[in-house]
Amino acid sequence: MTMKTTLMGAAAALAMTATGALADGPAIIFDLGGKFDRSFNEAAFNGAELWASETGGTYREIELTSDAQREQAMRRLAEAGANPIVMAGFSQATPLSVVAPDYPETTFVIIDGVVDAPNVRSVIFSEHEGSYLVGMLAAMASETGTVSFVGGMDIPLISRFACGYAQGAAAVNPDITVIANMTGTTPSAWNDPVRGGELTRGQIAQGSDVVFAAAGGTGLGVLQVAADEGIFSIGVDSNQNYLHPGSVLTSMLKRVDVAVHDAFTTGAEVATGIHVFGLAEEGVGYALDENNAELITAEMQAAVDTARAAIIAGDIKVHNFTEDGTCPVQMQ
Amino acid sequence: MDFLTILQILDSTVRLATPLLLACLAGLWSERAGIFDIGLEGKMLIAAFFAAAIAYTSGSVWVGLFAGIAASMVLAVLHGLASITFRGNQLISGVAINFLAAGLAVVIAQTWFAQGGRTPQLPSEARFANIELPGAATRIRDIAQQGPLGQIYSELISGHSILVYLALACVPLTWWVLYRTRFGLRLRAVGENPAAVDTAGISVMGLRFAAVMIAGVLCGIAGAYLSTALSSGFVKDMSAGRGFIALAALIFAKWRPWYALSACLLFGFFDAVGNRYQNIQLGDFIVPVQFMQALPYILVVIVLAGLVGKAIPPRAGGEPYVKER
Repeated sequence: MTMKTTLMGAAAALAMTATGALADGPAIIFDLGGKFDRSFNEAAFNGAELWASETGGTYREIELTSDAQREQAMRRLAEAGANPIVMAGFSQATPLSVVAPDYPETTFVIIDGVVDAPNVRSVIFSEHEGSYLVGMLAAMASETGTVSFVGGMDIPLISRFACGYAQGAAAVNPDITVIANMTGTTPSAWNDPVRGGELTRGQIAQGSDVVFAAAGGTGLGVLQVAADEGIFSIGVDSNQNYLHPGSVLTSMLKRVDVAVHDAFTTGAEVATGIHVFGLAEEGVGYALDENNAELITAEMQAAVDTARAAIIAGDIKVHNFTEDGTCPVQMQ
Repeated sequence: MDFLTILQILDSTVRLATPLLLACLAGLWSERAGIFDIGLEGKMLIAAFFAAAIAYTSGSVWVGLFAGIAASMVLAVLHGLASITFRGNQLISGVAINFLAAGLAVVIAQTWFAQGGRTPQLPSEARFANIELPGAATRIRDIAQQGPLGQIYSELISGHSILVYLALACVPLTWWVLYRTRFGLRLRAVGENPAAVDTAGISVMGLRFAAVMIAGVLCGIAGAYLSTALSSGFVKDMSAGRGFIALAALIFAKWRPWYALSACLLFGFFDAVGNRYQNIQLGDFIVPVQFMQALPYILVVIVLAGLVGKAIPPRAGGEPYVKER
């Protein structure tokens, strides 16, 4: 025990001296799936890079490769004096709730998770509202009356995407069939494009002609199969329209980059507590650019924009799956 | 469940069984010559990476395929050196190869492409396209309009990558070489009684190296199939235990080529069913998705523990050959 304490003390002291020069800089921890997943983590990375190019500052980053590294990574950055420390991904919530009280001077920002501590800023997005809009677009683009959803890991957050999507689709066409599949139950489900592709093929066989992937790196396989089979797909988190122009109908944007950029810009004084980014805050939305301009007709756009205004005004209430664990629209 | 759904599952079975089949045949060649090979997984993984990386940089999927095979053969030579030349423990050498490949692929991928241990998405010319046999419909929506025979032809027989047909052709080829040629007879003899082969004046080491190299080629094709046909690019740990399931299939098949085909198709079928049916409802009880996804692995255990009967490996398997002095 004594030996261990001494060693830990020595390691901490070493970390302090070695990184003293970088103290107070911001830091970011990317979740499994990797910095370049073209989706969630990449959005976070883009936000950090934007801050770096604006201010010329530098930031520290850790790309997790296994679940076991989470707590260690947080402690390492906190010991090194990084402040604020931004972490992307709901899986960080549990380790953060352990780590945060040990470093009261450090501000932590968690995206997609909620940790109740005075020095933690929890940023959550109203994915159900953004998914509702792309669900409407899917139902309007579908000719078969069947649309589908491929989720990553089977967690309530991803069910929130699925449920919002199904509600949006049902709002356009009450008779629509929505097929929802999850890739897996472990974090590796964020990075399994082969299984994602197989799920998509199965959904196409059941009649789906628009598929929405909310699955991180797995989504790349979904989009690829959709392009091969000539159906529409919907990307997630980042704007993925460019991946397969003409096949990607749109992307459900989740402005993780804005959340990261805000935290980096404000620095350690960033307000803590729970912050919800919805349609009104432009935290979520759908992507429209030159790659999908021909796919989204003027009337589709008008319908979605009307719904968007109605949701912001409170006239349309999109049910949030995580509130009670149920969804008003039946999915297969 | 309609007819097209069954065909869809069988089609998915063929796609998912192909890497298993190639790896299983690789194991068969190696183990028939008396060299246990649990490094199938690692060889597939390194081949998957190099096939995708070289296909991406060269723009040609065939160059990628050969790069994948070459990478897999380098590891096969390593296994041969350790277990044949230096008479090391074959299992330990195989485990080392698995670790080496898993780490090396990600490190090189990160150095070359800086995309978090993956290769960029492959453009279509750097992937194996599906071969559409003449007269076959390609899109699922068109296939649904056809009659039953047309559906079987379009869905099940046509529309696979060339590597799928190649893998299927490897089964009779393996059988023929092993059971109908002099080389095959000697190779099997080396796995049963190397001393007898040695007495006949034939090089035991030469034959065993030949077998290990053939295993390397087959694993290379399996890996290239994973990254350039089944998906478009390499991601970390993409072989996902297929090398080990192939080993299980090999034992289930009792080291015989045709049985290997049926065993791999069976395991591919479990996988396809697990993908297709999530949350099956049986009366009032809903089978949870977790169970369906664990099903292939559960069935592997059941099959190996109960159904396989007596599986006798080649008698000299796992033992390095030492010449009598």
